[in-house]
Amino acid sequence: MIKQATYIKAYCSIQNNKIDLNGTSVFKTGECLFVDFAKAAYRNFELNYPKFFKMDNLSKLAFLAAELLLKNELETDRDIALLLSNKSSSLDTDIKFQESINNQENYFPSPAVFVYTLPNICMGEISIRHNLKSENTFFIFEEFNPGFMSNYTNVLLCTNRAEEVLCGWVEYYKDTYRAFLYIVTTTFGIPHDATTIQTLFNK
Amino acid sequence: MEALQQELKEKIIKILNLEDISVEDINDNDPLFGAGLGLDSIDALELIVMLDKDYGIKLVDPKEGKAIFESVATMAKYISEKRTK
Repeated sequence: MIKQATYIKAYCSIQNNKIDLNGTSVFKTGECLFVDFAKAAYRNFELNYPKFFKMDNLSKLAFLAAELLLKNELETDRDIALLLSNKSSSLDTDIKFQESINNQENYFPSPAVFVYTLPNICMGEISIRHNLKSENTFFIFEEFNPGFMSNYTNVLLCTNRAEEVLCGWVEYYKDTYRAFLYIVTTTFGIPHDATTIQTLFNK
Repeated sequence: MEALQQELKEKIIKILNLEDISVEDINDNDPLFGAGLGLDSIDALELIVMLDKDYGIKLVDPKEGKAIFESVATMAKYISEKRTK
């Protein structure tokens, strides 16, 4: 593996009803549930993708962050790998599905909920939207792990598994959420290392 | 039948999360799949669950679904003939 410099090209953070892109606030609402915040963001950015409303909350969160980072890269055949992580996996949706099958007298499992009972489905939604046919992996950590993420990203880039990597943290559980996604490339941007990633994450 | 068709349009919008579509946008004979409302295979499964949950109809042969779910009108006709609740 030839080691080469890697850079953070752009980054997006979503938390507490607010979206920041490259450190600048681009959208916020007052106090409201995530589902209402997500709908308001969808309308604000004129995303025009009706399938958004069928997604579970984890996928909506990942989709919104990815959309802001990739909106200018809609041309086809971009080799952008996906590397995401979180703490709660798809537990929020798993519980909703479990509730629909708890009662044998009222047993109506929802197919539309069931399809989101895996965390990596959110990467599928991003891939479909942006026509990505690339490497993708989803890791579960107790907390955001910039050291692991930067190492894994560098391996993908330095072994030519991808031209760029969209990576980060996308966590949703019981209306508490945080997305921190960033694009890593070999060409330009902020130097990509664990300390820098952690600093941007903590902003 | 008209009331049932109206009820089905409201249920379809709600259950399938068709956020940008109103009852007035769905004509009784519009195709639900393909070029019509653009529903997909997961939506079809949700409609099968709805038949069971709301109207007591268990679709034994999934192949039947293609004709039943052709439009709101075909759904209403089938439900009115087969409903148990």
